[in-house]
Amino acid sequence: MKQFESDDNSASIISVTDKVRPLALGMPVIAVHFLGDRAAFIGAEENVALVDGAGEISTVVVHGGGILCVATDGARIVMGGDDGKLVALDKKGETALLATDPKRRWIDNVALHPDGAVAWSAGKTAFVRSGKAEEKSFEVPSTVGGLAFAPKGVRLAVAHYNGVTLWFPNMAANAEVLEWAGSHLGVVFSPDNKFLVTAMHEPALHGWRLADHRHMRMTGYPGRVRSMSWSAGGKALATSGADSVIMWPFASKDGPMGKEPAMFAPLQARVSMVACHPKQDILAVGYSDGTILMVRMTDGAEILVRKNGGAAVSALAWNPKGTLLAFAAEDGDGGLLEL
Amino acid sequence: MPELTSQKIPVTVLTGYLGAGKTTLLNRILSENHGKKYAVIVNEFGEIGIDNDLIIGADEEVFEMNNGCVCCTVRGDLVRILEGLMKRKGKFDAIIVETTGLADPAPVAQTFFVDEDVQKNARLDAVVTVADARWLSDRLKDAPEAKNQIAFADVIVLNKTDLVSKAELAEVEARIRAINPYAKLHRTERCQVALSDVLERGAFDLDRILEIEPEFLETGDGHDHHDHDHGHGHDHHHDHGHSHDTHSHGGLKHYHDEDMQSLSLRTSKPLDATKFMPWLQGLVAAEGAKILRSKGILSFSDDDDRYVFQGVHMMLEGDHQRKWKDGESRESRLVFIGRELPEQLIRDGFESCITT
Repeated sequence: MKQFESDDNSASIISVTDKVRPLALGMPVIAVHFLGDRAAFIGAEENVALVDGAGEISTVVVHGGGILCVATDGARIVMGGDDGKLVALDKKGETALLATDPKRRWIDNVALHPDGAVAWSAGKTAFVRSGKAEEKSFEVPSTVGGLAFAPKGVRLAVAHYNGVTLWFPNMAANAEVLEWAGSHLGVVFSPDNKFLVTAMHEPALHGWRLADHRHMRMTGYPGRVRSMSWSAGGKALATSGADSVIMWPFASKDGPMGKEPAMFAPLQARVSMVACHPKQDILAVGYSDGTILMVRMTDGAEILVRKNGGAAVSALAWNPKGTLLAFAAEDGDGGLLEL
Repeated sequence: MPELTSQKIPVTVLTGYLGAGKTTLLNRILSENHGKKYAVIVNEFGEIGIDNDLIIGADEEVFEMNNGCVCCTVRGDLVRILEGLMKRKGKFDAIIVETTGLADPAPVAQTFFVDEDVQKNARLDAVVTVADARWLSDRLKDAPEAKNQIAFADVIVLNKTDLVSKAELAEVEARIRAINPYAKLHRTERCQVALSDVLERGAFDLDRILEIEPEFLETGDGHDHHDHDHGHGHDHHHDHGHSHDTHSHGGLKHYHDEDMQSLSLRTSKPLDATKFMPWLQGLVAAEGAKILRSKGILSFSDDDDRYVFQGVHMMLEGDHQRKWKDGESRESRLVFIGRELPEQLIRDGFESCITT
């Protein structure tokens, strides 16, 4: 176990803490994404803080209440709120209202497709709107826990209690159901479209190989997995939920079946956020005690980005080029690191 | 900058059979001039007239946990809603969860035992059950849900007392006590109860388990108030509601409920912690489906602290509470409320944990 308790301790590790541009965001942050050359910090309520390279903060009001879900396709960020609204924010910092739930139900989940389609959910109903086609909806047996578009084709994974439904909004074909007992709260496709992984309410992941629906149980976490990130090329899936980063291997055709995960960067704190570098085998890791590390996947070498002592890290993202790392904690303390 | 760190938000669970007056009580809580803001989680969204800024419609999704235990259920919708509400910390002071008339309160309560994030941000304050004085006796006969709600309650608001005679009221109260002699009972018309009697009760707070004594019909306001004192220091240790058929006691009827009972155990000899803990854990593991609620104040040998525990079905939590005071009687006291409790098995097991 390693700890970064004091200055003398951090002498033993390479530190780039002095290169971080600190940001006082003034609000709890739930996510960060890059929009063009600005970092967009999504607040827990109402606002997004857009921060440029010079650290200038401009605030945009996006919701009239709590912000419950966020997705981005690089061109825009789409958010759902407890005001029943689905709102898009573009690179210019302009907002567009995409949908309003007629009953003002919470918009719990949102997903974006590279071709411009957007999916969202309220209660048990998932909705899809693509550029050309009209809006379609699909109901699952219990409240939607997570949404994800497949990387190829228009196929939407809808996670719910006791499994995931794969829905093809543009086809007459029946939806396909992947069953597994329990509540599935997050869902991701592997970038090669071969695997589907869910984060469950219990501290575990579950996966399916899509070709034959073979199950993959990924258990052993002390806490619920809230953050998942695919490494460059989709070779591995990095996850939060333990006191080190848990990385499941997905490079072979069997995925992680019968394999042990790699474990990196153990601290005496829970990993709260993971973000893999878009091009290199590096990932950024945020912890419940506020620490942020950069870790090289090949040998586990660590670089200190932020010392511990603050609130849990709640947002972490690289820009698409991989030259900027943005982060924020639950208490609104954030930063930008240029590499 | 808003206050970012705050205490756990208290959550009151409001149950009661259809038509008992839950919505009346809820509207009273919301409309009274108490300066507090509530987030209200209701079922039947939009169908009932509730005037509040923060109302969230819930679907009452009861999820089984993947641990092989069918009684280990949580309210999946509540996990999600509480997580969403925590983004709006500072906008409300407390949360009220209103369940449908047919709901079992256990999954709601268990959500607070099982889910790490819920536990971090919120605490279960009490289960408040509104009962209809006129119809409850009938519902206890034909609706298992109504019986569950009475058995589970920390506070019972016995409503519509103006619609029944004194004798009928005594009857329904005796039937309630046969199931749950430990809940605080308040007789009301149109749910006119002091809000301090239903909110901020700390019924699941280990620090507030002060005594475990059955409550009798002492809450009357103008009703026959009998004068036998069941406060501290009484010396007759009968277990009300259990192993008694209908009989007269101080002029009051006592019933034995066919399938839902309470069982109380006590000893003034110290318990052996190395025997008691495995026994209790084994008991709830084996019989937890039958045990709705459990609670205890314990005196262990070679331990100067009072140990307290409470449980819901198979889930237990316990802790050292405080030092036994000088002159305080170091008596261990346990109570189980449940369905078809295996009384002799529990009594024998408990006896075997007493130090000799």
